[in-house]
Amino acid sequence: MFHFMKDQIQAAKPSRRSFLKMSAAGAGGFILAASLPGASRKAAASGGEFAQPFVHIRPDNKVVVLIKHLDMGQGNATGLATLIADEMDADAAQVETNFAPANAELYKNLAFGMQGTGGSTAMANSFQQYRAAGAAAKAMLVAAAARKWGVPVSTITVSKGVVTSTSGQSSNFGDLAALAANEDIPAEPVLKTPDQWVYIGKSFPRVDVPAKSRGSVGLYGMDHQAENMLVAVLARPPRFGAVPAGFDAAKAREVKGVVDVVQVPSGVAVLATSTWPAIAGRDLLAVTWDESGAETRGTDEMAKELAGMTATKGISVPGSHGDAEAAIASAAKVIEVDYAFPFLAHAPMEPLDITVFFDGEKAEFWTGSQFQTIDQMVSSRILGLTPDKVTINTSWAGGSFGRRAQPDSHYFAEAALIAKARLEAGNAAQPIKVVWTREDDIRGGYYRPMVSHKAKVGFDDKGQVTGWSHRVAAKSIMQGTAFEQFAMKDGVDSTSVEGIGELPYELPAFQTEVHNAKTPVPVLWWRSVGHTHTGYVAETMMDRLAKEAGEDPLDYRLKRIKNERLAGVLKLVAEKANWSTPLPEGRYRGIAAVESFGSYVAEVAEISFREDGTVKVEKVTCAVDCGLPVNPDNIKAQVEGGVGYGLGAVLRNEITMTDGQVDQSNFDTYLPLRMTDMPEVEVHIVPSTEAPTGIGEPGTPPVGPAVANAIAAAKGEWVTELPFSRHGYA
Amino acid sequence: MSISLTLNGTSRTIDADPETPLLWVLRDELGMTGTKFGCGIAQCGACTVHLDGMPIRSCQTQIGDLEGSSITTIEGVSGKAADAVRSAWEELSAAQCGYCQSGQILAASALLSETPKPTDDDIDAAMDGNVCRCATYARIRQAIHVAAEKMGA
Ligand code: FES
Ligand code: FES
Repeated sequence: MFHFMKDQIQAAKPSRRSFLKMSAAGAGGFILAASLPGASRKAAASGGEFAQPFVHIRPDNKVVVLIKHLDMGQGNATGLATLIADEMDADAAQVETNFAPANAELYKNLAFGMQGTGGSTAMANSFQQYRAAGAAAKAMLVAAAARKWGVPVSTITVSKGVVTSTSGQSSNFGDLAALAANEDIPAEPVLKTPDQWVYIGKSFPRVDVPAKSRGSVGLYGMDHQAENMLVAVLARPPRFGAVPAGFDAAKAREVKGVVDVVQVPSGVAVLATSTWPAIAGRDLLAVTWDESGAETRGTDEMAKELAGMTATKGISVPGSHGDAEAAIASAAKVIEVDYAFPFLAHAPMEPLDITVFFDGEKAEFWTGSQFQTIDQMVSSRILGLTPDKVTINTSWAGGSFGRRAQPDSHYFAEAALIAKARLEAGNAAQPIKVVWTREDDIRGGYYRPMVSHKAKVGFDDKGQVTGWSHRVAAKSIMQGTAFEQFAMKDGVDSTSVEGIGELPYELPAFQTEVHNAKTPVPVLWWRSVGHTHTGYVAETMMDRLAKEAGEDPLDYRLKRIKNERLAGVLKLVAEKANWSTPLPEGRYRGIAAVESFGSYVAEVAEISFREDGTVKVEKVTCAVDCGLPVNPDNIKAQVEGGVGYGLGAVLRNEITMTDGQVDQSNFDTYLPLRMTDMPEVEVHIVPSTEAPTGIGEPGTPPVGPAVANAIAAAKGEWVTELPFSRHGYA
Repeated sequence: MSISLTLNGTSRTIDADPETPLLWVLRDELGMTGTKFGCGIAQCGACTVHLDGMPIRSCQTQIGDLEGSSITTIEGVSGKAADAVRSAWEELSAAQCGYCQSGQILAASALLSETPKPTDDDIDAAMDGNVCRCATYARIRQAIHVAAEKMGA
């Protein structure tokens, strides 16, 4: 998600020395924390439980791994559990997970410095930390067993959750938990060497699939239930930037079950005893809106504005080299290609929801929080509380794709404002669940920005590039948020240009400029952020350049590629997809490779055309290098899903507006990818011992350009205005 | 109004406004949150339940129309097809975020009860109404084939 965090991830490997025992606290155990100077070297346990920040061992022999990240389907809960289970030599069947509370000190993302999930960093920033926590726990179990049995530590081994001594004693973890909690935490827990791994790099069962296959209670924020709970559904502004000016709730109040109507800046909330009357009441509200600050333009107009911006000089993006303009001025041939990308909604399967309980002195939230630290800060400020008085119970999320990663915590803020207004009006404190309908979700903004690109490339008389000058225009995601100060430099938001500021290919002269467009439409990172458009542009342009040079697109890339690992996935995917063998009649191939968030993915799309001219993507072959593959099956799953997510968007997704009003509203107008659209996906993983990098996002960027290049192979034309449905291909 | 029906094999009498969608009766009145809200307009299948063994969209089914019927939800679905489906789902780690999977499992179980050896076309026809935003479709397809084998074995 955040390009600027890459360096910080590299620097985030915690030193093993920083693992110090802190103090007796929490759930009747002790806390093992990183980098807490002056910490006590002695710990205490209570209730027979071994409790560290990242791992609890219960007397019933369950190992509970505390997950500091949000698992929205990308499998990080399983991934982090794998690390601990492996270092502890636990049995997979005894391992459970729980989401960690909001506590930036203990649970910060080492790449962000705050608690939060994004940028495909979950595994990258946790790899050493969770292994060290597991290794420490195991060392303490062993020390406790040695003390109990009066044998040397060296005579003890651990395997599959059983601690055994050479003199014949053995115990499960649960029976040693209380004793282990009294042992010193090793200052430098010894990590396993890769040859000792039992789960890492092999397989570990997904911790969540059984519950998710049984409709288990309380998994998602949407499912939160509480005694005396109210459900709130809001009438939201018809245009972005509008605010409620007043309302008539007479009809809404007639609906049986409706108990209150509350105005907040983001809309007018109907509160009812359950969801259905809240929705029915909301639909009967008459709200007048102040639209003085609202966006009243349509997306056609906005697209024109963006395209106009790319015709003029913008802010220079670091990474430029050579004098591209001069090279183009003296070129034998020049091509100019304009690209237009629409707004995209994330449309996670679970629309937004959040439950709040606020009694004036403390607050508690239940939801799939993705930026716990910011969510806690924003809501505590609104409620007049210190952050420690705000508890966040993170639940599983039914998808997010970036939607829940909120720089402005707008849905926390909204819930907090409703709860506060209710309390101030003299009502007793009650849990309130705010539910977003699908229409609220699709029309609710926080879209992938609309983007315009202009690529101008000069060639010599042999079709070789002499210079490439590039311009991007989009609303910045970071500008105006809490991240601006460290995420924007000299007016350049890296999330607007990541992937196109510097190309992975050697070209004589290259420069990029950016324009930051303004609109009240809120924009946000959408699975793989800038790479959703820069990857498309860069990789369809590479095919054009290959054509100009009269070279095969794969050879053209490989000859100029700067990065070995990117070359590696290109070669692997070409081999697996039989790139050099001819296809049967009516089939076409396209290739693309994109590095994002430190992971390298190349994809070959094989397509055909249906009788009506629409594209059928038959197969997508993928090669992935994300460093050490901690859980190969989950990597495959994420790439399969990433391909589907990216494909659905390029085929037919766009949020359009007419006079500022969103034209789409639900899955009947914002058409999701379905079973019949899904190609066969084959994923090949490059074996690697490099530090693991993320995989939640990197599967998404290459699929669009790979399919576009396949279409071009058939038709000789590249789609430059997205989605494909605008051109009859979907 | 009071409606009598069979829910997951047990007779129940439900007191509700007859126009209330079954989805919200299940989730809010009965606390059975396994059936999911995804769109509310019969476009996504997250709310799929069985009505007398056939998959239906509970968001578009009014409780008042269900007098005397038999409803099965993710919490109660069982039998040869459903058991095979669950076990295949777990074997292949079909779920990602999981939010659509109650509906997928109900749809797949109904398919396999009718058609124990479905072709890819059968799967397309039966499953196309069930959206998965995580795009787990490839594994769902594979898991249905695996479940079919389990049932035959
Ligand atoms: S919620 Fe019923 S079909 Fe989507
Ligand atoms: S698993 Fe997430 S929507 Fe299907």
